[in-house]
Amino acid sequence: MTAQLPPGLQLEKVDERIMTLNVGPQHPGSGHMRLIVQVDGDYIVACDPDPGYVHRGEEKMSEYRNYITNIPHLERPVIHDSCNILYPYCLAVEEILGLEVPERAKYVRVIASELNRCVYTMYWLAIYGIFLGHSTMFMWPTGDRELLIDLLEKITGARVTHAYFVPGGVRNDLPANFEDVCLRQVNYFEKRIKEYADIFYDNPILISRTENTGILSRQDAIRLGTTGSVLRASGVDFDIRKKEPYDVYENLDFQTNVLQSGDSYARSKIPWLDMLESCRIIRDALKKMPKSGSVRVKLKPNPKGGDVEVYKRVESGRGSLGMYVISKSKPEPYRVKISVGSFRNLICIPYLLRGEKLGNMPAVYWSLNYWPVEADR
Amino acid sequence: MSSADTTETKDTKKKRTRKPRTTKSKTKKSEETTTPTETIAPTATTTEIAAPTEQEIVPAPVEEIVPETEEKVETEDVVPQVDLPKFEKSLADKITQKFGSKVEVAYIKQDRIRINVKKEDIKDVALYIRDELNFDHAESVSGVDYPDAKKIEVVYHLGSYTDPELSKQILALATSAPREENPNPGRDSTRLPSLREIFYSVEFHERECFEMLGVYFDDHPDNRRLLLPEDWADIPPLRKDFSIKGR
Repeated sequence: MTAQLPPGLQLEKVDERIMTLNVGPQHPGSGHMRLIVQVDGDYIVACDPDPGYVHRGEEKMSEYRNYITNIPHLERPVIHDSCNILYPYCLAVEEILGLEVPERAKYVRVIASELNRCVYTMYWLAIYGIFLGHSTMFMWPTGDRELLIDLLEKITGARVTHAYFVPGGVRNDLPANFEDVCLRQVNYFEKRIKEYADIFYDNPILISRTENTGILSRQDAIRLGTTGSVLRASGVDFDIRKKEPYDVYENLDFQTNVLQSGDSYARSKIPWLDMLESCRIIRDALKKMPKSGSVRVKLKPNPKGGDVEVYKRVESGRGSLGMYVISKSKPEPYRVKISVGSFRNLICIPYLLRGEKLGNMPAVYWSLNYWPVEADR
Repeated sequence: MSSADTTETKDTKKKRTRKPRTTKSKTKKSEETTTPTETIAPTATTTEIAAPTEQEIVPAPVEEIVPETEEKVETEDVVPQVDLPKFEKSLADKITQKFGSKVEVAYIKQDRIRINVKKEDIKDVALYIRDELNFDHAESVSGVDYPDAKKIEVVYHLGSYTDPELSKQILALATSAPREENPNPGRDSTRLPSLREIFYSVEFHERECFEMLGVYFDDHPDNRRLLLPEDWADIPPLRKDFSIKGR
């Protein structure tokens, strides 16, 4: 009887020593995913991540819609970071259709995607705070990200799910007087997040919980193919904005943050350092942006590409985000593959949690900057 | 759509503003209701998504812009006939020198190379790419279904963290497995050798590829389902003959 059932559904023999626990999929400590953890006393001996509870079939859906109607549903995997997930798609479609993006649109895109990166990171930081029992760190980022959400609402008209990027530019121009408002808000935002160092990152309780837990060495980070903050916390200097600059990132003044220790503390600090860099990028982009000009190339209805395939990637809030788009001379793409940072970092979970105490599980798991909805697509 | 084009006359404002609504209701059945409205759409900021609403707010027709949209549209095939990029060419040459006719260079573009190999040779080529060319991780593994050619392609996008020269490069290593009309994932001939021994990072990507397209990876330590439910009994969903309801 038990042999016929598919894996995962059989009754398992109870071991005297090893106990199997299901963390999730409804547990607030895991998001919409399940971690099957085997514990020996207080120590984790094995961990098997089981994603898929929020799988929406984005890749299948995009084969049925044309290049434009694909935009609103492709941002759904990460609505907090919607500009960054649409970015590689737009870059890919632009190459397929042979579109040249206006200069001003490139700057507007950079500003929007950096604002969005901060909005995502603040949300992640809020949850990381409450995971570790730090309620203030839940309240502060949730409040401060409203500053940037307001800015994005002014640009796009929506608080989240902006659907702002389109192939050939952005949907609409910046509102009047946006530069001044943006500069003011971003400066205040930067001042606020610098205060997080006192309450969170220099807090001895946070340091004692995250330092030297879940250490990922440099070799393993490369071998496991991790990306984004996980990779940079392990001492690999790899940021696609620097290494393969898209749009106008090569003109802008910023640096890549790299930490060497590879533990949960470093992984939780990198996104915060990135936010400070994002503020620099936004200020620089506002300064260098052409003050007027078109922000969008007109497309004809139902545009078709040739028989080409394109792989484009950008640096999102969770690392490299690639889109592999195959065009077969039809208005619809033949195949869209979304390669997301969360899914690539998933492979670390069994590796990092092995040998950790069960109490360290939230600190390690959420430091991976893992977004279950994006990983499932 | 052709009826919309022929009836496009230069009439009074009233008729012009009314027209989109009538054409919209007529063609509502077809997928793209935006197509007739787009050609008439006068404002520069209209998008395909927001076209109907914005038109109701800003109906002012500017006649000069209409021909401009037709001018700007470019439908040329993107086949750059310039010289092949040198560095990418040298990488591809190294592989062809080593393996000769076993590999086929599909394209060489700026920062992107694609190499097609037979499934018998993929392990050797992957090992060479890792050890000699310093590509060290897989960015993504995509399965693509070609029902007409009776094959399923699997494309490994490989990148490098360790070699600063290669940080821009993505090498697409593609192979294909035979496709069967009535798939029986894991038990039919749709099989490929797993690259997990060579690129450790493909582990979860290959698991996803197995459940989504039914390509079984030999020697993969863990071929369980990942995203789909454990009791999924239909054909693999990313195959082209798996259709969505109502589409």
